[in-house]
Amino acid sequence: MSIEFLVASAVGVLSAAGIYLVLRGRTFPVVLGLAFMSYAINVFLFASGRLVVNQPPIYGKDVAAYTDPLPQALVLTAIVISFGMTALVVVLSLRTFLEAGTDQVDGAGEIDAEAEIAGEGPASDLPVRRDVEAKP
Amino acid sequence: MNPWMVAPILIPALLAPLMLLFLRHRLTASRTLSLTACLVLLAVAGLLLGQASNGEIQVYAMGDWMAPFGIVLVLDRLSAMMLVTTALLALAVMAYAVVSGLDRKGWHFHPLFQFQMLGLNGAFLTGDLFNLFVFFEVLLIASYGLMLHGGGAARLKAGVQYVVVNLVGSTLFLVAVGLLYGATGTLNMAHMGERVAQAPAGDHALILAGGLLMVAVFGLKAALVPLHFWLPRTYASTSAPTAALFAIMTKVGAYCILRFTTTTFGAGAGELAWAPGPWLLPAAVVTLVLGFIGVLGARHLRKMAAYAVIGSMGTLLCALAMFTPESTAAALYYLPHSTFTAAALFLLVDVIAARRGDYGDTLAPSPPFAQAGVLSGLFFLTAIAAVGLPPLSGFPGKLLILDAVRGSPGGWWVWGGILGTTVISMLAFARAGSAIFWKSAATEGEVKAGKPVAPNASAAIIAALLAALVVLTIAGGPISAYVNATAAQLYDLQAYPDAVLAQSRGAR
Repeated sequence: MSIEFLVASAVGVLSAAGIYLVLRGRTFPVVLGLAFMSYAINVFLFASGRLVVNQPPIYGKDVAAYTDPLPQALVLTAIVISFGMTALVVVLSLRTFLEAGTDQVDGAGEIDAEAEIAGEGPASDLPVRRDVEAKP
Repeated sequence: MNPWMVAPILIPALLAPLMLLFLRHRLTASRTLSLTACLVLLAVAGLLLGQASNGEIQVYAMGDWMAPFGIVLVLDRLSAMMLVTTALLALAVMAYAVVSGLDRKGWHFHPLFQFQMLGLNGAFLTGDLFNLFVFFEVLLIASYGLMLHGGGAARLKAGVQYVVVNLVGSTLFLVAVGLLYGATGTLNMAHMGERVAQAPAGDHALILAGGLLMVAVFGLKAALVPLHFWLPRTYASTSAPTAALFAIMTKVGAYCILRFTTTTFGAGAGELAWAPGPWLLPAAVVTLVLGFIGVLGARHLRKMAAYAVIGSMGTLLCALAMFTPESTAAALYYLPHSTFTAAALFLLVDVIAARRGDYGDTLAPSPPFAQAGVLSGLFFLTAIAAVGLPPLSGFPGKLLILDAVRGSPGGWWVWGGILGTTVISMLAFARAGSAIFWKSAATEGEVKAGKPVAPNASAAIIAALLAALVVLTIAGGPISAYVNATAAQLYDLQAYPDAVLAQSRGAR
């Protein structure tokens, strides 16, 4: 089997898993799905500079064939950003679960807006952090 | 190279960490610095607009690495215009956030706001596709923080959806960048345009897929149907100043569609020329109609304002999707109008909801409330602007669009859509106004609302946004001359690549 087949099937399987999980109704699978999708994209971006084996990434006068270094820089940026975003979405889902008492993202199990305002949302065992006023 | 070009990016980039690290507990200092920064950004944007209006396209090569090898910032008429619109909006929004005390409802409002400005200004100035992705991420990350600012369960739940949708959007952005890079071997937009024009026929499908995917990502930001579902809930759940600032975020999507299509899929691209147009137009017409039907169907003022944003994006994208110089000029005239109107509407709704106490922003009569006279006047003017009736700038804006699309294929759909939705939105706003102001005046009882916070200052800020619309109308002549020149510059095949790639061509 060629390396092209390996990379292409990896991208395909990862994106399929990612898309499936992102379409789930609760935050945990959605976060996992986002992570899978970002892995798929990282591999895909890496391949966009063509798959080259055992060649230097730096251009020189006497180098005939070399591997494209730019996609590697792009992937590095994408990894950093997606890592940060995954951290953010994890914290955000946790905070939402603690405040709203539900981890549904698809609108099912919606609490009535009025009940939320009146503070009658489902009680949670975990402590809820209320908004802090900034001291002037 | 003109050093002022980096100022709109550099000023917020320096201020945000400064405020984050040293001014956390100093509200007065943060406020002063933030407002000053907004004023300085407006001054710089005005200066750049003056420089760009002579038609020269200025290029700033970061680190003196020439394009297409390094990242360049490009300032043309379109970028300068977007910078000025953003700076004006930011000033009004920041002033409102300060007087309404939103920045006290949690930490980090001011640094987040500056990061948002950094992302917005960067997206308008960059000439590189991957750099655009980075600035998109900067503005999105800041927008997540701003959207959630103030907290509350409803806002958090809407926030999770907003963040997830945009993360998927960012992923698609990267797929599109990868496809285009794989097919053309460059990320510089001007260079990519040249490569697309020279591309062998076998690569066309790949380039088209990448390009359309890119336009779909921008369409997601611009709330283009069927990618609009995130918008009503997000905008209705977040705080009013944030929603008002987000009025420019949808325009970033529209700007990117225009910039990307004119540089990469311009008239020189052979059979790929203007390829996104036929896909955009039907979606834009549906956006227009669905948006205003949403305005009519909404039962809360905030939702109504959010759907009005979708409707006006539909109007704007209808004109953009034609990709003729006339229709682009009309869209560019409509763009600042749509931005300021949406912002004024969100801020006004916030004030009305605060005065009505428990009745909030529901479209139901309440007992008489404080400031009803002033607010009804402001609502009347804002509604006129949002519907697009004379004498405010929505009317000439829509008129220009109708005139520009007359001969184009699909033009009659746009005519039907715009005229029909004008009637629908007029009905919706008339009904809302009469429920909230007329019927309230005749209702017995008293509303339980807290003491108004800075009632005159809030009203003055909304009035200032409406005054911007009056200026847009009165100065219609010079402004339409400017947008016509902008459109001519965008449709000039040679101007943009020549300016961006001049250095590398000289080196050859």
